[in-house]
Parts: sequence; structure tokens; C-alpha cells
Amino acid sequence: MVELLEEAGVEIVFGYPGGAILPFYDELYHSTKIKHILVRHEQGAIHMAEGYARSTGKLGVCIATSGPGATNLITGLTDAKLDSIPILAITGQVATSDIGTDAFQEADIFGITIPITKYNALIKNADDLSRHFEEAMKIAMGGRPGPVLLDFPKDVQTQKTTVRKATSLKIAKHHYERQTVKGDPQEFAEALNNAKRPLLYVGGGAINSFASAEIRALAEKANAPVTTTLMGLGAFPGTHPLSVGMLGMHGTAYANKAVLECDYILNLGARFDDRVARKHDFAPDAIRAHIDIDASEFNKRVNVSYILNGDLKDAVREILPFIKTTDRSGWIQRINDLKKNHPLDFDSTKEEIKPQDFMKRVYDRTKGKAVVSTDVGQHQMWAAQYFLFDEPNTWLTSGGLGTMGYGLPAAIGAKFGNPDKTVICVTGDGSFQMCIQELATIAQSKLGVKILLFNNNFLGMVRQWQELFYENRFSESQWTYNPNFVKLAESYDIPAMKVSKKDEIDKGIDFFLKDDGAALLEVMIPAEEKVFPMIPAGKSQKDLIEFKDLAKLKK
Amino acid sequence: MKHTLSILVNNHPGVMSHVSGLFTRRGYNIDSIAVGVTDDLEVSSMTIVLNGDETIVGQVKNQLLKLPDVLKVQDMAYASSVQRELVLISIKISEVNRSEALNVCNGFGANILEMTEDSLLLEFSGNTRQVGNMISLMKHFGIREISRTGQIAIAYRNQESG
Repeated sequence: MVELLEEAGVEIVFGYPGGAILPFYDELYHSTKIKHILVRHEQGAIHMAEGYARSTGKLGVCIATSGPGATNLITGLTDAKLDSIPILAITGQVATSDIGTDAFQEADIFGITIPITKYNALIKNADDLSRHFEEAMKIAMGGRPGPVLLDFPKDVQTQKTTVRKATSLKIAKHHYERQTVKGDPQEFAEALNNAKRPLLYVGGGAINSFASAEIRALAEKANAPVTTTLMGLGAFPGTHPLSVGMLGMHGTAYANKAVLECDYILNLGARFDDRVARKHDFAPDAIRAHIDIDASEFNKRVNVSYILNGDLKDAVREILPFIKTTDRSGWIQRINDLKKNHPLDFDSTKEEIKPQDFMKRVYDRTKGKAVVSTDVGQHQMWAAQYFLFDEPNTWLTSGGLGTMGYGLPAAIGAKFGNPDKTVICVTGDGSFQMCIQELATIAQSKLGVKILLFNNNFLGMVRQWQELFYENRFSESQWTYNPNFVKLAESYDIPAMKVSKKDEIDKGIDFFLKDDGAALLEVMIPAEEKVFPMIPAGKSQKDLIEFKDLAKLKK
Repeated sequence: MKHTLSILVNNHPGVMSHVSGLFTRRGYNIDSIAVGVTDDLEVSSMTIVLNGDETIVGQVKNQLLKLPDVLKVQDMAYASSVQRELVLISIKISEVNRSEALNVCNGFGANILEMTEDSLLLEFSGNTRQVGNMISLMKHFGIREISRTGQIAIAYRNQESG
């Protein structure tokens, strides 16, 4: 297994040893090609692998032992499945003779992970190892990427085999070989050519398919504004004049209004997720078109009229020659008016620190050149709104599963993959404490991960919903105790500072970004601060609430 | 509407879990499922009958094709394929109605596998409707025990005449 990993070009793995995986670890001990990062919890290992994969476009690998080690990977596997992140998880398993006997640290990880992996296998015989390995690697990276798991019994780990390379695979080729694009690119392009008010809607598939350049060429050639999903941020430059930013529940008002006003919408590697589209009334006046590598995404939640099935990069290349450059200055002007009249907004008159203002300033200071990971909640949305991503693979967030605890380990994984880049984990006081043990991994590897911690002593997003929809009944959303985060970081030898007032902001950011080393900056923000705009759950773009509507809403 | 999907899968222990797990997870309803190995010992044939409109069945097909162990999925149209189920029924009989029961069995082409003084074990195969009919007829005598397979299907070679 170690040799197979080396031959596959795996340079780094994140893991945690234990009884049933010891023979593997004994082999790893001798490897000079693979760097192993010892984590503090297996969930940390898999989120690191995800952060590494998302920020580099390569496969992320994590290792755990049997039983609890393996079950601690479950959240990460589900996360990677929903966000289409290529992950190989290798788990130890009790010896084949003990399987099924409820042996010590035995868990049916094969059975447990069936719905949350693209492929999984229990390797019952060392002769099958190379085949399972090759199938797993091909499926993780091929087509729509995702997580795979190899369960590796302890006795099989020490078996000798002469089968070094699989002679034949048992999976159909369409699972891993790049398929030609299915559909008529000319007819597809004509629909866009005929549109007066087209809108491109770009999702995470654009990042997995490395299609940024093609999408930019398409937008510029067609004069079509571009909105991205939470997962698609960075696939089209956030600072581009045609960008209308993120759409959906907490997307910009102008992106969501453009969805209502467009007469044609082209989904590029997104999936009409429920945070974006309320089923079939999405973009009600538009002809809908969809390009996706996964045929099961077509007409799943929203019906579309035009379909291209294939790799996004290939598909966009195929339609580009048929795209006519059309003058759409009226529509672009309308978009610019929407941007001017419905900007992202917050109350900046108070003396408190506003997280939106703070995010903007960090963005300005880093000139947008950082890799940013987030946890889940209000801080995630503020980061998505105010940090404009110009490059793909620089935005790491748990979009589908919404996994609190993702941010810190994802940033660690990203820093290992991008040692020369500034890597910032934007987090909140709730999420941060879910994988806080990985501060030790930062300290141990002397890793320059920057942690921007927004603290409101609340689960802010839960509080926001309770204020808006549950008449201020703040049921169990307030932390009546929080640790001293500065002292906590310092105990891990991570320099830390806390800022509470507006006039401390610059000093805080100076401290935070002064060198390449690790740092934690705790930013105290008001608990009442809310994320706007907002489309209430189950409502459509028509029901968008902007910051300026808040006063109305309260009445 | 009922659809019959004929699926070729790799013949190994985890496949049933993968396929049935998919149906549970996505909320699709299966009427019946029948599995058996094909002439190639490495490949099994699975026949699934499910209820749903064209959109749902299209989704099911696409989702099935995403499973690495699924090799082929074929939607069997009723008119252009033959469908069969097998049922084994043990019924109560007495001297009074024995000949009536035998008549019914003969009339419908059911095989008699065992006959005792007070019971009759029969085997019958047909499409879902015929098997259903047979079962209701046998209820009249009183059913001791029943065992029914899922539906299997195969497409006619000549699709023109379908």
C-alpha cells in the first residue's frame, strides 16, 4: 500500500495510528517519499486532506485505524461527497478471521460508508490490493470527484503478494475515462445567442474541472454577467466587471435580482441547490440551460431546456466557437444599476467592530491574495460576501454539508499544499471549538496558519434565525462560557491578540499579518449583527430581505 | 407507473447493499427486487420493479449508473419484454374440494409439487397480474404458506413486433 501510494505520486498523508493499522504505519516509517502529518483527531485528518485537495486540485489522503478511528472520518467523508472533493481514506480493520465477531475496535466501515463514498472496498486478500487501489484512485479523481475508502484488515496488511499491478479493473470505463460531451453544442449556444438578458451561474464543478479560463472567455465573448455559488467562488474573478458575486440565501441582492430579471440562465457545474433555488420557480422568466458532468443532476430539482453532459471545461470549449458577440449594454447597464442601488450594506456608524468592515479590511490588506478557509455560520457568509476571490482553489468552505469544525483543519491542509501562500482560517467562536485540538498540529509543524476568530459569544447564525423567526427566544445559542482564546492559542505557542474596538482594528491586522508565522486574532463583534441580504428558508429570490428592509421587517 | 429495470452488476457481496442503499437514501420505492448470477459468474443480473413517473425513473437510472459496480441499466418496456414471477403456494384442501383445486391448477398451468390428505403444494409462474390472480383464487381454498419471487424480465430480441 505504501509503495502504491508512492507510485501514485502521493506526497503527503494526514493520519492517526492505532492497533489495526500498525503494520501499514510500520511500512510508512521507512518511506522517504511520503510525509505523514500526525493529527489530534481523525476528523481533523480528513478535513486537512479536503483542504489540501481543494487548494491544490490534487487527491487528499487520510489514514485512520479501525473502529472509532474509522468512524471519526464519517463527517469528513460526507462533507467530501457533498462538495465533490477527491479523498482517499485508508482505514485499518480487524483481521479477516475476526470480522463479524464484534472484535475489539471492529466497525463495519464498509457498510457504514456505502452512502457517503463514491467507491469503497474491503480488501480481503493482498492479491486484490492493487486492483482496489487503482479503482479507488480512478474513481476519486474521475468524473465528478469524491471520496473513496479502502478498508484494510490487519492480517492482509502483512500478507505477501506478487500482484504489483492490477491486470484488469472491475469497474466500467465511464467511471474514470473522460467522456466526450453529450448534447448539441451549437443548439446549446444558439439559445444563449438569442438571449437578451443572459446570466451565467457558476458552481463548484468549474473548480473541479479547472474551467475558469473557458468560463471567463465565454462571459466576455457573450457579454453575459456571472454569478457564482458559494462553492463556485473564485472560478470567475470576483473583481471582474461582469461579476455580480454570489447568489442564493445570503448572496448579493444584485445577483438574486439578476436571477429574477434574466431571460436565460446557464448553470455551469452547479446543482440548483436548495440554498440557491426553490425548485421549479427558479429564474421564472428564463430559459434554463445546464452543463454538468453528472447526468443525475439534470432536472433533479429544477427543470431545464438545454443540456450538455460532460466535463465543463470541454463543454465550454465546444460551445465557444458558436457564441456570437452581442451588444448587451442595456442589460449590463441594468446590472450596474442594481449593483449601485442594492449594495452589500451594514450599519457602520457605531463604535463596535463590524465583521463586514473587518473582512473588507483584511481583504484589502492581503490584496485578495490569500487562501481562505471558513467554518460554518455568519462568519462564513461575511467572508463569502466581502472577500472577492479572483483565483480558483483559494476558497475552502463546507458548502453542502455545512460542517462546523471544517475551517481550521482545512486551512492546515491548504498550508501544507501551499506553503508560500498566506492561508487564513476565518472562524467563529462556535465552530472553532469543534476541531480546536488541531492547534497542536499547527504548533507541532510550526505552520504559518492565520486564524481570524469572530467572537460574539453566540452561535450567531442560530441566534439570527431565532431573532427573525422565533421571536427572540434564544434557545441554547448563547455561550455562557467561552475560554480565553488568546491564552489558549498562546499555550500552543501561537501568538494571539484580541481586538474589541474600532480604533484597534489596524493594530490587530498589523499583528495578524506581520510575518509568515501562525497567529490568532480574536475579533469581538456584537451578538446582534446579522447577515444580509437573506432569503428566508423555503422562499424564492422574490422574498429577499436586504439590510435596508430590516427596519420594515421588525415592524 | 410501474417500471422494470434490468441491471447488470459485479457479483460480489457489497453490491446488494450499494443498490438497496441507493433506493433507501434517495427515497425511491421498490416493488420487488430479484437477483441471480448470469452465465458469467462475475456478473449478476438484478431486476427491480419500481413505481414512479419518467422523471423519477430517469433519476434512478442515472443514480444507478454512478455506482461503480453497476455495469448496465436497461429500462424494460412492458410491450417489448417478457416479465415473469414465480410463486409457491401451499393450500388447505379436503376430500370435498380436492378435484376443484386440481382443476383450477390444471386450468391455469400450475404444477403440483406435493399433495397430502389436507394440503396441496403448487408452483406457478406468470406475469404480476397472473400471479396475483392465482393467489386470489387459492385464497378461496385457504393459504397455508406462500413464497413469491420478485419479477424478472428479458427484452424480446425482435423489438419491431413489440
